[in-house]
Amino acid sequence: MRHSNHTAIGRWTRVLVASAMGVTLATVVLSPSAGASGSSAPGVTSTGISIGATVPLTGPAAPGYDEIAPAMNAVFGWVDAHGGVDGRKISYNYLDDGYNPANTATLTRKLVLQDNVFATVGSLGTPTQAAVQGFLNSQKVPQLFVESGCNCWSNPKFPESFGWQPPYTVEGKVLGAYIKAHFAGEKVGYLSQGDEFGQDFIKGMDMEIPSASVVSRQTYDASTLAGPLSNQVAALKAAGAQVVAMATIPAATALAMLPAAAIGYQPQYVISNVGADAPTVGPLLSSFTQKGGGTAAQAKATAGLLNGVITDSYFAPESDVTNPWVKVETKLLTDYAPSLYAKSGLDGNTQYGIALGLTFVQALQAAGKNLTRAALISAIEGSGKKFVTPGFVPLSYSSSVHYGFQGLEVVKLSTTAPPAVTPSGSWIGGIAVSPVETTNVGSGPVVKYTGRTSTPPAKLASTS
Amino acid sequence: MGLFINVTLDGVSNGMIFAALALALVLIFRATKIINFAQGAMAMMTTFLASSLLAQDLGYWWAFVAALAIGFVFGALVERVLIRPLKGKSELNPVVVTIGLLVVLEGMAGAIYGNASRGFPAAYSQSGITIGHSKIAFSHFDVFIVVAVLVLMIAILVLFRATTLGLRMRASAFAGEISRLLGVRVGMLLTLGWALAGVAGSLAGLLVAPTSSFSPYYMDLVLVYAFTAAVIGGLESPVGALIGGVITGLCISYVGGYLGSGLQPLGALVLLMVALMARPEGIFARPPARRV
Amino acid sequence: MTQPGPADHALDNISWLWRLRLPTQPLLRHLIFALCGVGILYLLTSLLSPYNDYEVGEIALYVIALAGLSLLTGMNGQISLGNGAFMAVGAYTMALLMTHTQLNFIVELLAAIGAAAVMGLLIGIPATRLKGPYLAGMTLLFALALPPIADKWSTTFGGDQGLTTTVPNAPGNINPEEWLAWIQIIGALITLVLLANLIQSRFGRSFRAVRDDEIAASLTGIHVARTKVLAFVISAGCAGLAGGFLGLSTGVVNTGEFPLTLSIQLLAAMVLGGTGSLMGMLWGAVLLVYLPQWSTSLSGYFNLGSGASAYLATIIFGAVLIVVMIAAPTGIQGGLRWTWRHISGSMSRPGAVIPPVSELPGGQSPHVPMR
Repeated sequence: MRHSNHTAIGRWTRVLVASAMGVTLATVVLSPSAGASGSSAPGVTSTGISIGATVPLTGPAAPGYDEIAPAMNAVFGWVDAHGGVDGRKISYNYLDDGYNPANTATLTRKLVLQDNVFATVGSLGTPTQAAVQGFLNSQKVPQLFVESGCNCWSNPKFPESFGWQPPYTVEGKVLGAYIKAHFAGEKVGYLSQGDEFGQDFIKGMDMEIPSASVVSRQTYDASTLAGPLSNQVAALKAAGAQVVAMATIPAATALAMLPAAAIGYQPQYVISNVGADAPTVGPLLSSFTQKGGGTAAQAKATAGLLNGVITDSYFAPESDVTNPWVKVETKLLTDYAPSLYAKSGLDGNTQYGIALGLTFVQALQAAGKNLTRAALISAIEGSGKKFVTPGFVPLSYSSSVHYGFQGLEVVKLSTTAPPAVTPSGSWIGGIAVSPVETTNVGSGPVVKYTGRTSTPPAKLASTS
Repeated sequence: MGLFINVTLDGVSNGMIFAALALALVLIFRATKIINFAQGAMAMMTTFLASSLLAQDLGYWWAFVAALAIGFVFGALVERVLIRPLKGKSELNPVVVTIGLLVVLEGMAGAIYGNASRGFPAAYSQSGITIGHSKIAFSHFDVFIVVAVLVLMIAILVLFRATTLGLRMRASAFAGEISRLLGVRVGMLLTLGWALAGVAGSLAGLLVAPTSSFSPYYMDLVLVYAFTAAVIGGLESPVGALIGGVITGLCISYVGGYLGSGLQPLGALVLLMVALMARPEGIFARPPARRV
Repeated sequence: MTQPGPADHALDNISWLWRLRLPTQPLLRHLIFALCGVGILYLLTSLLSPYNDYEVGEIALYVIALAGLSLLTGMNGQISLGNGAFMAVGAYTMALLMTHTQLNFIVELLAAIGAAAVMGLLIGIPATRLKGPYLAGMTLLFALALPPIADKWSTTFGGDQGLTTTVPNAPGNINPEEWLAWIQIIGALITLVLLANLIQSRFGRSFRAVRDDEIAASLTGIHVARTKVLAFVISAGCAGLAGGFLGLSTGVVNTGEFPLTLSIQLLAAMVLGGTGSLMGMLWGAVLLVYLPQWSTSLSGYFNLGSGASAYLATIIFGAVLIVVMIAAPTGIQGGLRWTWRHISGSMSRPGAVIPPVSELPGGQSPHVPMR
C-alpha cells in the first residue's frame, strides 16, 4: 500500500543508468579495435590475407554443404605450407549462418565492418547471399565465388559479385539437349524445387525440350520437405512420363525415388548434379532396404535404384581414381584435412571445395604482390580463363561475364563403372555418356567443347 | 481416380503414425496436463540410437525393441528430472522447458551424429502390394504400421480399462490428492505415464524414419501434425488420438496431393481452427466441468 | 542505539538522490525515461563502431518484438509460439510497399504494423477458445504454415531472392548503420512508452485480471474475449514493426528469415529476460543478438571440432532455457530485482521509499498459478 503520492524512481533511474552503462561496457568490451594495419587493403598485411564466408554449418540445410569450407581450407593449408601467396598466408574465417538470411546479414557485416576481411569467398546460398549482395557491393568488398547456381551473380549492377559453379539454367540446357537428342518423342515430366534453383533449371530445360513433350510439371517446397513426395510421383506416373527430369536436393531425390520404387514406377531419371551425388544420396536411399541387412546389402539395393540415372558433372568424378586431378584432391585432403577425409572422404562436396579453393589461390597469384581489392577483381576478369582447375572447361570470367564454369558433361550412373568409395561405403560410380558441352544462360545453343582440359600443375601433383 | 486412391492410402498410413505420436501426447496430457513439445525430438533421439545399434550389426528387431525400451526410460527420466520441479507453477513453464529440451536434443543429435546423410531401414518391404496387375501405394511396411499402432492402442486401452494399475493411473490423473490419501503412489504413476508415452513416441519415430529424410529435424512436422490429431480427437482420449490421427493424415494428404506440399501445414492449421471452432474439446472428450 | 558517527552523515549529502520524485502521471514519467534513453543511446552510438551500431539497432528491434510478446504471454497469459510469423507479415508488407510504391517509409512501417495487427485479429479470435499449451501448439502450427505461402506465390513475394528493402538515405555524414540504428531505437522507445502507458492503464489491469482468473474478471465486467483478442492484436502489431525493421536490417525479405526457430527464440528470450516485464526485454534482446557470437568464441576456446562446436550454441541455449525455467523463472530481470531488493534492504535509511514489487511497471510475478 502506498504511503505517499510519489513513486520511488530513484531505484528505476539507477536501474536504467546501470543497465545503460552495462550495455555500453559490454559492447565496448566486445568490439575489438579496428585493425590498424596501414596496409594496401583491409585484411591484407605483408604476411597474411584474411577472408571470410557465411555457410550453413547447422540446421536442415547443412548436410553435405558443411564439408565445402573445410575442404577449401585443405587447399589453403597446402598453400600456406609452401610459403603462401607472395609470402602471405591465407586465413579463412567461415561462420555459420544456418541458411537464415537475417543471420547472414549480421555475420557479413561483422566480417566486413569489424573483422575487416579482404573479401568473402565461397559463401553459400541464394537467399542468403542475395541478402548481402547490395551491402557487399556498396562497401566494394568482393563477393567471390558464391556457392549457388543462381543467375544473379553475374550482374553489371553488382560488379563485386562472382559466381563459380555452372548456373542452373546452363545445367538445364545441357541436360535438356541430351534428353532431346536421346529420348526424342518420349513423354517428359519435371520435378523441381519450388525456388530459384528449380525455376532456373526448368527454364534451361524448356529452352531445349519442346513443350509438347512435357506432360507434367511437379514441384515441392524445400522448407516443408518431411516425407515422401508420393503425390508428385503418383502424378508423374499418371501422366505417363517416361523421362523424369529432377531439380532436387539430395533429400528430395531420395524422397522421390523411394515412393516411385514402391509403386513400381521406373522412369528414366535425369537429375541435376545438386541432387545426384551417389555418396550423398545413397545413404538416404538405404532406407529402402529391409531391416538393414548390412552395409553390403544396402549398397546393392541403392545401386539398384540409382543404376541408369543420368546426371552431369563439370569435373572428374571421385570414382575415377586414375584421373590426375582426383589423385591430387585425395592427397590434399589426406594431408591437410585428415579428419574431414576420415568423415566424408572424397565426395562431390569436398571436390567442390578443393576446386574452389584452387580457383581463389590462382586469383590471388594473378593479382600479384600489390594486392588490393580492385587488383583482385581485375585479375579474375583478366586471367580467370587461364586458371588451372579440375573443371573440364576453363572458367568464363571476363569484364562482362562473372559466371565461372559454363560447361558440363553428361554422366550416367552405372554399376559397370568403378564405384565411388567413401568412409560411409562403396557407392555407384558414373561414366560419361556425352562429350563436354558448353552454353550460356541466354539463348545460345549447346555446343561441344573442343578445347583442352587442364591437368594439375607439376608442383601440386608431385608435392606432399 | 488413381491419384485419389494413392493419396487416400498415403493419408491412412501417415495418419497412423500421427496417431502413435498423438497417443504419446495424450498419455502425457492425461497424466500431467502438459503438452510435451519435445516428444518428437525424444523419438528422434531413440531412433538415432537404434540406428547406431544397427550400424553395430545388431539385428533389426533387437534395435527396434531397444529403441522402445530406451524410450520408456527416457520418458521416465524427463518426467522426474525436468517436469517434477515444475509442479504447481505457471502453465508457461512446462511449455518452455519442453521446448528447451527439443532444442537441446536436436543440437545433441547434430553434434553427435553430424550432418552426414543417413537412412533408416523399414521393418518390411516398402514395395507396394500388387493387386491385380498394378502396385498400389500400400506396402507390407504400411500394413505393419497400421497393425503396430493398433496393437499399441489396444494395449493402452486394456491397461487403462481392465487393469488395477490402469485404474490407479486414471485416478492419479483425475484426483491426485485423494488418490494419494488412499495410498496410491501418484508420483510413480505419473512417471509411468510419461514412460509409456516415451514408448509410443519411439514407435512413431521408428515408423516414420524409413520414409523421411532422416535428420535431427525429421520429427518436427510430425509432432505438429500429431498435436493437431490429438487436439481434434480430444487431448484425453486414446481412441480420439487414433481417429484424429487418421483425419489429420487424410487432410494433409489431400492438401498435398491437390494443392501442393508447401501448403500442408496451412491445411493442418485450417483443420485445427475449424475443429476448435466447432468442437473445442475434441471429438471424444466430455465437456470438462470448470471449477469456479 | 549508538550516536551517528561521521560515516553516517557522509551519505546525507546525496540522500536527496534517493528521494527524487518523478511525476505520478504515467505518461510524463515514461516520457522522461524515454528522453533519458535517447540521451544515453546518442552517446552510445556516437562512441561505437558502425558494426556495433548495427547490433544496437538489432537489439532495439528485438526489444520491440519481445515487448509485444511479453504483453501477450506475461501479462495476458496467452502463450504464443507464432510471433515470428507476425514479424514475417510486417516485413513482407513493408517490402511489398517499398517495391511497388513510393510511399514514405514511415507510412510503410505503419502499414506493416497494421497488416500484422489484422493477422493478430485473425489468430486472436480462435485463440480465445484455447488455453495454455493448446494455444502454444496452435501458434506453433501458424508459425510453420505462414512462410511457405510466400514460397508458393513466389512471383509476388520474390521467392528465394526475396524482396529488397532500402533504408532511407541518412542525412549528412552519419554512416548508414548509425542512421538505421537510430530509426530502430526511436521505434523501440516509442513502442516502450506506449506499452508502458498501456500497462498502467485500465487495459493493462484488465489484461492481468484475465490472466489471473477469467471468471472473476468477467464478473467484474471485463469482456474477456475482447481483452484477449486486443492483447493478440497489440502483440502482433509490435511484431509487425519489428519485422519491418528486420527487413531493413537484413536488406532483403524472404522466407528464410522467419523459420520456426525465430518464434522459439523470441519466447526463450522473453523468458530469459523476465516474462512480464518490459525492462527484462532489453536483456532478452541482448541475449538474442550476442549469444551466437559468445558461443562461437566459447567453442573456439575449447577447440572442439567444427561439427560439434557449431551445435554447441544451440545446446547451451536450450540447456540455459531449461535451467532458468526450473530454477529462476523470473529471468534476468527478476534476478536483478531480487538482488536489488536485498542490497537496498540493507542500505535503507529512514525516509527512503522502496515500493513493493507489485508497484513496478509490469511487475506481476509470472508464476501465479493458473488454471
